[in-house]
Amino acid sequence: MINDKPIIRIANACKYFGTLKALDNVSLEVSQGEKVVIIGPSGSGKSTLLRAINQLETIDSGELVVDGDNICDPDVNINAVRMELGMVFQSFNLFPHKSVLDNLTLAPRKLRKTPKAEAEAYAMKLLAKVGIEDKAGQYPAQLSGGQQQRVAIARALAMNPKIMLFDEPTSALDPEMIGEVLDVMVKLAKEGMTMVVVTHEMGFAKEVADRVVFMDHGQILEVGTPQHFFENPEHPRLQKFMDQIL
Amino acid sequence: MADQKKQVKIDVGDGAAIPSKSDKGLFSAWLISFFLAIAVLLGLLFYPNAETAGKYRDILVFLKDGIYVTFQVTFSSILLAIVIGFFTGLGRLSKIWIVNILASTYVEIVRGIPLLVQLFYLYYALGKFIQVPDKMAAIIAMSICYGAYMGEVFRAGIDSIDKGQTEAARSLGFNSAQTMMYVILPQAWRTILPPVGNEFIALLKDTSLVSILGVADLLRRGREYASTSFDYFETYTMVAVVYLIITLILSKLVSIMEERLGQHDQR
Ligand SMILES: Nc1ncnc2c1ncn2[C@@H]1O[C@H](COP(=O)(O)OP(=O)(O)OP(=O)(O)O)[C@@H](O)[C@H]1O
Ligand SMILES: [Mg+2]
Repeated sequence: MINDKPIIRIANACKYFGTLKALDNVSLEVSQGEKVVIIGPSGSGKSTLLRAINQLETIDSGELVVDGDNICDPDVNINAVRMELGMVFQSFNLFPHKSVLDNLTLAPRKLRKTPKAEAEAYAMKLLAKVGIEDKAGQYPAQLSGGQQQRVAIARALAMNPKIMLFDEPTSALDPEMIGEVLDVMVKLAKEGMTMVVVTHEMGFAKEVADRVVFMDHGQILEVGTPQHFFENPEHPRLQKFMDQIL
Repeated sequence: MADQKKQVKIDVGDGAAIPSKSDKGLFSAWLISFFLAIAVLLGLLFYPNAETAGKYRDILVFLKDGIYVTFQVTFSSILLAIVIGFFTGLGRLSKIWIVNILASTYVEIVRGIPLLVQLFYLYYALGKFIQVPDKMAAIIAMSICYGAYMGEVFRAGIDSIDKGQTEAARSLGFNSAQTMMYVILPQAWRTILPPVGNEFIALLKDTSLVSILGVADLLRRGREYASTSFDYFETYTMVAVVYLIITLILSKLVSIMEERLGQHDQR
């Protein structure tokens, strides 16, 4: 499923917030079809790294190539790159003034100029995939958190992205809703989507991750298979962290 | 829930108090004022003394053109002010240093100078460079003044929308203008519209100032009538009653609009 060509290449990325070094010389390559899970304590820079990939945060130095485009190059149209990068947020961020269906069709219709009927048909297919086709006409505020997050995933998928980025997609959810969202993500992973996921759901990591990345203080301290993380974590801070979350 | 919106109440204007159902005191104050104003108007127009009634009717007929001009100046100014205000609001939120400074300075200056002084100043300043009709000059001057206040309304309205909305839109590939158009403004207008309604009423009252610039608005027409007929008391009574009725009707309309918007929020 994985082929070797890296679709994301981050090299020596540094990012400062004032004097705080949020990313400290981070390098990471993600191959097409690969699933990478990023873990680490709060404030370690996981979100910053993920958000740098689609330029919601700009890095101060280093290199960042996504799908062949050097996105630090000002000549690269970042909006075009972002169309290939779906993003799912911890707080869902659905458009509250639009129905579920319109949340899904807005971007394809305006950005890809997909005809309405076609966009809606595809949106219904995606809603069926995430298991909420019966909610198409409702507004986000009428849905549970788990349902909203599944809509958010479907909204990102509606643009047919090559890569999906998830920033703690289940952290804002009540425990009983986490499963339904993870199920959708597992399904997506099995279909071969390239995924970079910040999450502490180690069950999910175990099931789908090709590699797990451990970050602390803006640095990547350890990279390995989920098995490696469970069985012989090397870095003392990782050992401590694994003890805490398991 | 993350999507829960913070309801921001913006109050920058000095428009007539907007009546709402939840505010019983004001609501009845509105009713009393309105019926009083109507009663006074009818009382004057159908005064038992035919001569007096005739005088008031003459005044009202003479004021009619002025009412039209007052509305014309108000509508044109508010539309222009909304456009200016939108860009000022964006400028105030801009991360581009120079744009932000420009917009903020404009707001600061306009807020620091009395409206009447600004009107005089802009009127004569405009006259120095371009030849524009009085009415046009008045409209431009009013728009520049009110544009600054509108800027604050737009700034607060746009700012009230969660940052996550912008991030979600940008991450889908929308540029900043598209994000504003499809995602931010459709949500912000609920916050923006009520204070715009307030500003509209305040502006309508402030247009009386343009009478000094030679624009034949409601007040100006009143002055013209009074200066030839010497019926100062009767004329200004009529002028005041007409202004009052207009602003009371408008504030009622604004409150109905607010209520409608409130209902929408409950979906
Ligand atoms: N916009 C910002 N301005 C200033 N500092 C920021 C900003 N965003 C993040 N930071 C800081 O950068 C560091 C890394 O933040 P980041 O959000 O990437 O951490 P994280 O690993 O995602 O943490 P969490 O698990 O809490 O989400 C933190 O110390 C954070 O306080
Ligand atoms: Mg985070």
